[in-house]
Amino acid sequence: MKEQQETANRPDNTAFTQQRLPAWQPMLSAGIVIPGFVIIGLAFIGIGIALFVTSQNIQVLERDYTGVENNSPCFKCSDPSTKNCVCKLDFSLDKLFEGPVFFYYGLSNYFQNYRKYGVSRDDRQLSGRLDNFQSPDEGCVPYQYDANNKPIVPCGSVANSLFNDTFKLYQIVNGARKLVPFDGKGIAWWTDHNVKYRNPSITPLKNAFNGTVKPTFWSKPAYELDPSDPANNGFVNQDFLVWMRRAALPDFRKLYRRITEGDYKNGLPAGNYSLEIAYNYPVLDFDGRKKVVFSNVSWMGGKNQFLGIAYLVIGSLCVVMSIVMLIVYAKFKFPDEE
Amino acid sequence: MGWNSPLARLRDALRGQRVRERDIRKLVSNLPYEGLEKMKQPNRHFPGNAIKTTKYTLLFFIPMNLFEQFHRLANIYFLGLAILNFVPVVNAFQPEVALIPICVILALTALKDGWEDFRRYQSDRKLNNTPCFIYCRKEQQFVERRWKDVRVGDFVKVICNEIIPADLLLLHTSDPNGVCHIETANLDGETNLKQRRVVPGLSTSTSEFEPESFNGVVVCERPNNNLNHFKCYVEKPDNVKVGIGIESLLLRGCTVRNTDHTVGFVVYAGHETKSMLNNNGPRYKRSKLERKLNTDVIFCIILLFAMCLVGALGHFSWLQELPSVPPYLVPDSHGHLDSPALSGFYMFFTMIILLQVLIPISLYVSIELVKIGQVFFITNDIDLYDEESDTPMQCRALNITEDLGQIQYIFSDKTGTLTENKMVFRRCTVMGTEYPHCENAVRLAVLDEPDSEEEVIFNQRPWPPQSRWTPDTEDADPAGTPHYHGSRHRGKVAESAQRDVAFSSPLETEVVPDRKLLQQIRRTESSSSSSSSGKTDPYLDFFLALAICNTVVVSTATVRRQRESGCPRSSQTSNPFETFSHLVRKVGSFRQTISSWRPMSNRSRTSSNCSVLEEDHFNSLAKTGNCGGRKSTGPQTQDTSPSLRYEAESPDEAALVHAAKAYGFTLLARTPGSVTVRLPCGEELVFEVLDTLAFDSHRKRMSVLVRHPVTSELVLYTKGADYAIMELLGTPYAEQLKGKQKRIAADTQRHLDCYAKEGLRTLCFTKKVLSERAYKDWSVSRQGALAAIDNREKLIMDTAGLLETNLTLLGATGIEDRLQESVPDTIVALREAGIQVWVLTGDKPETAVNIGYACRLLDEGDLVINMSSKNKLMCVSILDCTLEEVRRYGNDPTGLAPTISLVIDGRTLAMALESDLVDRFVDLARRCRSVLCCRVTPLQKSAVVKVIREKLKVMTLAVGDGANDVNMIQAADVGIGISGQEGMQAVMASDFAISRFKHLKKLLLVHGHWCYTRLANMIIYFFYKNVAYVNLLFWYQFFCGFSGTAMIDYWLMIFFNLFFTSAPPIMFGIMDKDVSAETLLGLPELYRTGQGTGEYKFSTFWTAMLDAFYQSLVCFFIPYWVYEDSDIDVFTFGTPLNTVSLFTILLHLSIEIKTWTVVHWVIMLGSVAVYFIVTLAYSAICVTCNPPSNPYWILQSQMADPMFYLTCIITTVLALLPRYMFHVLRNTLAPSPLVRARHLDRLDPSVREQWIKEWKSFRGAGDLSKLTRSPTLETTEDTSPASPSPSDITTAEITLNVITESYQSTVQL
Repeated sequence: MKEQQETANRPDNTAFTQQRLPAWQPMLSAGIVIPGFVIIGLAFIGIGIALFVTSQNIQVLERDYTGVENNSPCFKCSDPSTKNCVCKLDFSLDKLFEGPVFFYYGLSNYFQNYRKYGVSRDDRQLSGRLDNFQSPDEGCVPYQYDANNKPIVPCGSVANSLFNDTFKLYQIVNGARKLVPFDGKGIAWWTDHNVKYRNPSITPLKNAFNGTVKPTFWSKPAYELDPSDPANNGFVNQDFLVWMRRAALPDFRKLYRRITEGDYKNGLPAGNYSLEIAYNYPVLDFDGRKKVVFSNVSWMGGKNQFLGIAYLVIGSLCVVMSIVMLIVYAKFKFPDEE
Repeated sequence: MGWNSPLARLRDALRGQRVRERDIRKLVSNLPYEGLEKMKQPNRHFPGNAIKTTKYTLLFFIPMNLFEQFHRLANIYFLGLAILNFVPVVNAFQPEVALIPICVILALTALKDGWEDFRRYQSDRKLNNTPCFIYCRKEQQFVERRWKDVRVGDFVKVICNEIIPADLLLLHTSDPNGVCHIETANLDGETNLKQRRVVPGLSTSTSEFEPESFNGVVVCERPNNNLNHFKCYVEKPDNVKVGIGIESLLLRGCTVRNTDHTVGFVVYAGHETKSMLNNNGPRYKRSKLERKLNTDVIFCIILLFAMCLVGALGHFSWLQELPSVPPYLVPDSHGHLDSPALSGFYMFFTMIILLQVLIPISLYVSIELVKIGQVFFITNDIDLYDEESDTPMQCRALNITEDLGQIQYIFSDKTGTLTENKMVFRRCTVMGTEYPHCENAVRLAVLDEPDSEEEVIFNQRPWPPQSRWTPDTEDADPAGTPHYHGSRHRGKVAESAQRDVAFSSPLETEVVPDRKLLQQIRRTESSSSSSSSGKTDPYLDFFLALAICNTVVVSTATVRRQRESGCPRSSQTSNPFETFSHLVRKVGSFRQTISSWRPMSNRSRTSSNCSVLEEDHFNSLAKTGNCGGRKSTGPQTQDTSPSLRYEAESPDEAALVHAAKAYGFTLLARTPGSVTVRLPCGEELVFEVLDTLAFDSHRKRMSVLVRHPVTSELVLYTKGADYAIMELLGTPYAEQLKGKQKRIAADTQRHLDCYAKEGLRTLCFTKKVLSERAYKDWSVSRQGALAAIDNREKLIMDTAGLLETNLTLLGATGIEDRLQESVPDTIVALREAGIQVWVLTGDKPETAVNIGYACRLLDEGDLVINMSSKNKLMCVSILDCTLEEVRRYGNDPTGLAPTISLVIDGRTLAMALESDLVDRFVDLARRCRSVLCCRVTPLQKSAVVKVIREKLKVMTLAVGDGANDVNMIQAADVGIGISGQEGMQAVMASDFAISRFKHLKKLLLVHGHWCYTRLANMIIYFFYKNVAYVNLLFWYQFFCGFSGTAMIDYWLMIFFNLFFTSAPPIMFGIMDKDVSAETLLGLPELYRTGQGTGEYKFSTFWTAMLDAFYQSLVCFFIPYWVYEDSDIDVFTFGTPLNTVSLFTILLHLSIEIKTWTVVHWVIMLGSVAVYFIVTLAYSAICVTCNPPSNPYWILQSQMADPMFYLTCIITTVLALLPRYMFHVLRNTLAPSPLVRARHLDRLDPSVREQWIKEWKSFRGAGDLSKLTRSPTLETTEDTSPASPSPSDITTAEITLNVITESYQSTVQL
């Protein structure tokens, strides 16, 4: 009682208030740093080799079909004035292109990440809200209403600029063209297809679009994007979904189809192929390029040499540095190593 | 009122304004006007007593708080950005979202302000509703009202132990002498009672005061905040003016003590009271680090503008390059595209919005939080807590903690700062004869023991205690000291037992009289009694002067003080017997030596052999006193004397009164009109006090004019500093001494010089006998001066000077002010830390130099330059000569030149500080290791601090304990107040308040160092963090056509700064510990790392910036190359970037963190966990909540991809590799002292001790790097430590005492 009152203002003598909490003081001593670097370096080299080998085993076939060069098969199509142009791109495989083969189209110098472009969309409309069918979001300007003041559905610049080249792949078997079947299912994100983008729950889908117009750039309305599969129309059309997921970088590829069916289940056998391209999308306005890419994928995705090399380089760097440090320590000892 | 009422009211309000601002106020009683409407009230213009300290009202809280907050530049910047975002052409985000950060910050601040204001409101309401008694004419008595009902012109009655509600003019008290005691602890913390007296000539002699009879007009000055001055007079109906000073004013907030009741007239009420005018909140100072920080913020702004310019130009050229309009360019509603130039211009602003985080606005909030944490740890340090006074360290300024780590110059007061300010009477000289008081010195030596329990043996000769005080043993060896052990603990116990009595530790109260002097007194007593020639013997006069010439108030211990605020002090609640038995145990074997030592409180006297001994002593004293039988009260009355308590305003006075008491001259009572003194024979004399000329720092003396009760002579006793007294000496004391007078003065002066050399404080005592006529003449001019309002201080001083002439020297006293414990140790440590210590004191040079040696400010080998000159010419030449010499020493290549110390007196200092000499003086002072300034005035103290601070551009710290240090404390960068014996004025003015000088060591070396390194590193880290993160966005602009796209969801960006990475740096700033406290205290050199620019350098800032750039490049481009040419989308690309930068930023911090405690782990791992939990939850919930950015399921899909982890690992490693390597290599190749100290920290404590010693032993060579190749541990035994160990200091002090003793013997010869 007495003690308490005598020292009423006495600070608490706890480890926390006296800043005496048990502590760990890491020191950069040679005994930790050098083995640490060696271990990290070796681990990185291991990962690097694994990545590099995996990446090496991925087959990629890229063909540019912009048609800027005179000798390009699509040269005639690149003229903006030609309509409904179709060009053929021939190529041959000298060995089996292992499946499943992913077929991409690629654009370069295309800034899908341009800020105002990215903003120009109406997510509520795309999630199937009918209110937004009649009055799309402000952000869609100038693709909000058409000249007759009718709402555009889907509105906005992203939807408007939908990529509209189409491809058909034929294998030349004994001079005859054999259509390689494309699998267009599940190429978009599952969440996009099932959660984010919804069609209005009105059947037929066409009725939901009453009083609206298709985007100016489009040749057919959203509900008729895929005549072959009624479920693949409207906002949940796979190609539309893929396009709407804006690319992060100006040179990008987007998945078009997969080759997983029939004779081509195990991949594309060696032989000659012909790709028939319905050339619609203009890219010369912005010095863009168009290409198609065939690729198979591994656990690490598409072919990418960089990461493997980076791991190898940094791993070796760590090992080299540990050697340098060993030399340094040999000359200047740590004080506590004595 | 009629139709013109509003107009009349307006006119009245205007007039009220004028009345309030007038320099002089005329107040009359409210009573004749009671019950009349407001317009008829004479005092209606003055504010009432209700106080309102709240800033806001409930209704207007939001607008007023917003207005307040937008005074801050940072908030305006934020708001500007938010508004900018509402402009469609430049917006970067959705406008509403951009408001979030500013709203969060404003809301947090408003919440804090609101809570503080609510607490103020509560305390206001409590105060305003405190009951008090106001006189009511209707009921003819005092009725209970509330404080808020008190108005100017009311009569208020305050009962004992109640708090005074407003500033009252004291009109009546229950005390027959018309005095009232108040305790001002609430105001200034001083606990000694102060006497106030009734306004003379107003109160009627009747026991009951009649407020209605008061018909004077009170004329007083405009309210001001000076607690020690009040100018006022009362004009009575017959035009007689009665001057009133502070001695008749009861201040609001004080407590009435020892007086049953008092009645006062309200002069100032509410906000106009002196205590309210003094009540200004915590001080705001801007620290050096913050000033530097602001320049770096400007660099950040420049960087931001540069980056925005790059963005704008890039956007412009990107648009220029486009051959045609691509589908991804979005025209406006008319299908029209802005020209590239205009787009580029808009883009500039968009970029500012996008990259706004680069300006670390949250840094300011974080710094405030960090400082709160730092202050918490400083105030909670148990080592800075003083058990004796139960005071912990106080931080009064909350925002300059880190300045403590950068101090280069310390300016210290001497008295009360280096010394205890517990004045102990040591010796005196009377009529030219020296009385060395050897026994007293012996007693003090016992108490002087350091804190150790070990037994110290001076001299083995046993002493028969009984024979010690017998007058026959005259030739007793003065140096004879029996052996005894002592410890400060005993003193502590005794002190704490009676702490609430100011200046009365046993050390001060107990004086062992000098035998010779005692005999001398006895002789004169007997002779005077036999010859009955009157009490005019110089020896009697000397002690009468000691007892009378002061302002000590006597209160009786029987009246206990009650405190309503705090808990009752231990001494009042503890069992006295327990305390005493404890004490006896401690005193143990040496009690006989200090037989006259006895506890103050009478209850301790119940039963003890100690007091028996003491009785013996007094009995013998009384017997031998041979008190010619006059009105003798005998030894029995002596028994009651300990119940007297002396309430002194300065410890010197208390010491002198106690000294007089030891010789039997006991001050019994003091009222405004009289002083009662008991003579050794037991006779009580009542002196009528005619006037008291109070002490002031210009006159350096005080006087009391009394009428001697026996001779009826008018006697003026004056005491003061020797130089202030010596020149006023005039006619000889008495006829028969005429020839001797000169010799006495010369002898006394010689003794005084010796005292000063010993480090004693000297005071001269004089007497003057006045004729009645001279007094009458003087009295008239005095009354005039007292009643004056203009120029009053000067007039009063002048009249005092008129009287204090032709004084007769009686003698002088030497009072010892002992050094505080560990002062030498602290000064040595501070100096090793690279801090220059200056001592500024009002004492004589000799005293100061002596103390300088004692506290190791000066060393034996030092070259001490004494600068003292009478005129400017001499000053110039001395200055030039010494400067020349000092420069030569400075250039001495051998390094054997002695260290130089400078001693300068006030007069020379004044000349040296003149504008033409100041540069030379500063240059000289800079080269000196220590500087002692003596006899300086408070103003000079602050001038010195200002000059050094401005000329040398250094960080200064001033430490002091008294009112005379206030200027200095305020002038320095850091002001430290010592809450000691001289009240709280220094503490009130200070930034930090400590209770002992030794606390300065830990405060600076440990807390200063920590606070500085913590905050500096935290700030650098903050800059780095923002730049590293924002640059990710910037690099992305090169790949999105400089269009201002953010690849990270904006909510996640806000969360990143708000939740994911905000706690770790704050924790880092509060808790990181680079070197342990023990090592910092052991190696004061480590403090040097913070001085000058310290860790927070220009280069450090730019290194951090470059590192941030590098790391952001790595964090951006590795994911970029990984995802190049793939089908990655914008936000999927942003997610690894965000994750990588989180890891990089946190791991960067963990490289910087030196010490990991549980808190560190929790916060670091918690931050990572919060990031993943919040982001995953947000990505799972938010389907379309924040269009157009849409992070739905992105992190989930990324976390299912092994590439995500592989990218994160390699990016983080590569980003941190250079910094890590830099740390490793620097620690190996060129370890800084701090790094080496950290190595020491890891050692076992005992091994560390040895290492520290070894390190110090190499200090002489001045090369710290030697440690790396220093000899192995085995040699440490041989190398003696360069720094003093405690035992060294003890010996030094003992040596000093020995010197003193030998000096005494020479004096006696």
